Amino acid sequence: MAASLEQTKPTGIVNSELPRKPITFEIAHPVYSKLRNPLILGHKSNAEVTRDICQLLDPKPGRGWWISLSISLVLLAVGVVATVHTVTTGIGTWGLNRTVGWAFDITNFVFWIGIGHAGTFISAILFLFNQKWRTSVNRSAEAMTLIAVMCAGLFPIIHMGRPWLFYWVLPYPNTRGTLWVNFRSPLLWDFFAISTYFTISAVFWYLGLVPDLATARDRTKSKLRQALYRVMSLGWNGSNRTWSRYETVYTVLAALATPLVISVHSIVSFDFATSLIPGWHSTIFPPYFVAGAVFSGFAMVMTLMILVRRLMHLEDYITPQHLENMCKVALLTGSIVGLAYVTEIFIGLYSGNPNEIFVIINRSLGPYAWAYWIMFGCNALVSQLFWFKKLRTSIPAIFVISILINIGMWFERFVIIVTSLHRDFLPSSWAMYTPTITEVGLLVGSFGLFFTMFLIFLRLFPVISINEVKGVLRYAKP
Amino acid sequence: MPNLESAKRFTAAFFEREDDLIAGAAEARLAGFEVYDVYTPFPVHGMDRAVALPPSRLTWIAFLAGALGLVFGLTLQVWTSAYDWPLNVGGKPFNSFPLFIPVTFELTVLFSGLIAIGVLFARNRMWLFSKRRVFERVTDDRFVLVLKQSDASFDIDKAVRLFSRHNAINVVEGDQFV
Repeated sequence: MAASLEQTKPTGIVNSELPRKPITFEIAHPVYSKLRNPLILGHKSNAEVTRDICQLLDPKPGRGWWISLSISLVLLAVGVVATVHTVTTGIGTWGLNRTVGWAFDITNFVFWIGIGHAGTFISAILFLFNQKWRTSVNRSAEAMTLIAVMCAGLFPIIHMGRPWLFYWVLPYPNTRGTLWVNFRSPLLWDFFAISTYFTISAVFWYLGLVPDLATARDRTKSKLRQALYRVMSLGWNGSNRTWSRYETVYTVLAALATPLVISVHSIVSFDFATSLIPGWHSTIFPPYFVAGAVFSGFAMVMTLMILVRRLMHLEDYITPQHLENMCKVALLTGSIVGLAYVTEIFIGLYSGNPNEIFVIINRSLGPYAWAYWIMFGCNALVSQLFWFKKLRTSIPAIFVISILINIGMWFERFVIIVTSLHRDFLPSSWAMYTPTITEVGLLVGSFGLFFTMFLIFLRLFPVISINEVKGVLRYAKP
Repeated sequence: MPNLESAKRFTAAFFEREDDLIAGAAEARLAGFEVYDVYTPFPVHGMDRAVALPPSRLTWIAFLAGALGLVFGLTLQVWTSAYDWPLNVGGKPFNSFPLFIPVTFELTVLFSGLIAIGVLFARNRMWLFSKRRVFERVTDDRFVLVLKQSDASFDIDKAVRLFSRHNAINVVEGDQFV
């Protein structure tokens, strides 16, 4: 049968080393254009791509990697201590009060989920739009998505107080009379959205990884790695029939992931928008959140990619052109976010509803005005710097701007959540919210978890999609 | 998948560039050779047409799986919320149909994606302990075209001439493939 062909090696050689024409690069290519720049620099051959990416895996990690991992592990340890403290003592270790019942934890949750969105945007939406430049960044962006969603998922679970009972949100027949979950609650939608998002992203990422794992399997010298890659590559042999089906399913998954990613942050925004709190009860929330998520995610991808290309010497693969393209996406989504801020102000003031008007004024001029203006400055204003080609092609500038955007987007969630709650309808219950050291520890720990897992990913799997890069090698090359 | 029970011998041609491979495969097919399969380091677009491979039906599997997820999601929610144990939550109707859409959507996507990829692996016979052998360098930079020698009329010299016209670097014949 079919598999048996691959099980044996060909015998009798009929004609080895046929005379052949010298290989040149002068071939017409459908996407050749003088207006386009090559995606991969340095006139790489297929073999060079394999070598460049695979050689990052085998040698022992360098000092820089160990130092980064140690720092990340320390941060992670802080998070573990904070988690243990929260779970053993209770949610009272947080700075929440009766007025502000939701603050730091949900801020971190929305922040991390948002980070994840850029990965899916790059892997699925840009795939459907046939944006070839995605091939250099999609692998690590998708890994970032998976890790960010894990970080995000921890926060609601810890907030449950008894995290070991988190499976109660599943609709399964149970001994409580089979009391079903409340399908009308956006918090339950959140659970379904995020678990589906995580599953589909993981499967999508793994599917893209399979051919590259086969490449790594056929090259690595380490026995342990070979065993791992052999199992994970599922006997991949590059057959065209397999490729054909593979690409079909890859496209299907991209088409599924595209509305999925939009639904996830829309549903996250429903957590707020379906309530009656002024500042939350707003129909603008789903698009506003989705744009913000893609915006913050692209900022994080740029931060990571600048570090990765520098530390792993991938300058030929992740070029300034890639970063510039990402800057353009950040500029667009950042402008949408800025527009949403202004629209919120306008609708709030125009509504004639005293509570809405109060929330808008309190946000921008009240005790949390500093947070509001950090958010406004870092997101709506700083992102506009990408209009200047000088800035979006300067790597230090992109690095600084992307970090500012990350900070701004964290504050966006903080502002939306805390300023809407802390001065509610009844002035006697007004309160301020300050995070405790435990809550800060949880945030620090989530960064520790994120970077620990990302560093392990960099060492364990091909960082750049080898097979997809080979497919675009001749893009725009004469 | 072609039936190989009767086939005895195969011819493998090795190429260095995908254009040569596509041209070689298309010409081999038109010259009456039976292309068994092509092995490439990355998906070579245009290959399916060159070897007249029909489009995959996996899209239909994904669609049907999605439909199954949709029906399952809606049934689950309507049955649990309106029939098995109706609970009054904030005065909302037991069958709050519009509020069931998000979870229905998520389950549609989940079913479709997971079943599609499961069927893909099953169809390609990809699994954890697969013992398949791989042509050397095919996961790196080699392109291999395998012809099936279905009967005695197979003309190896003609095949070699054809492939060398398309810059094949090597043509290998084997009879232990089956």
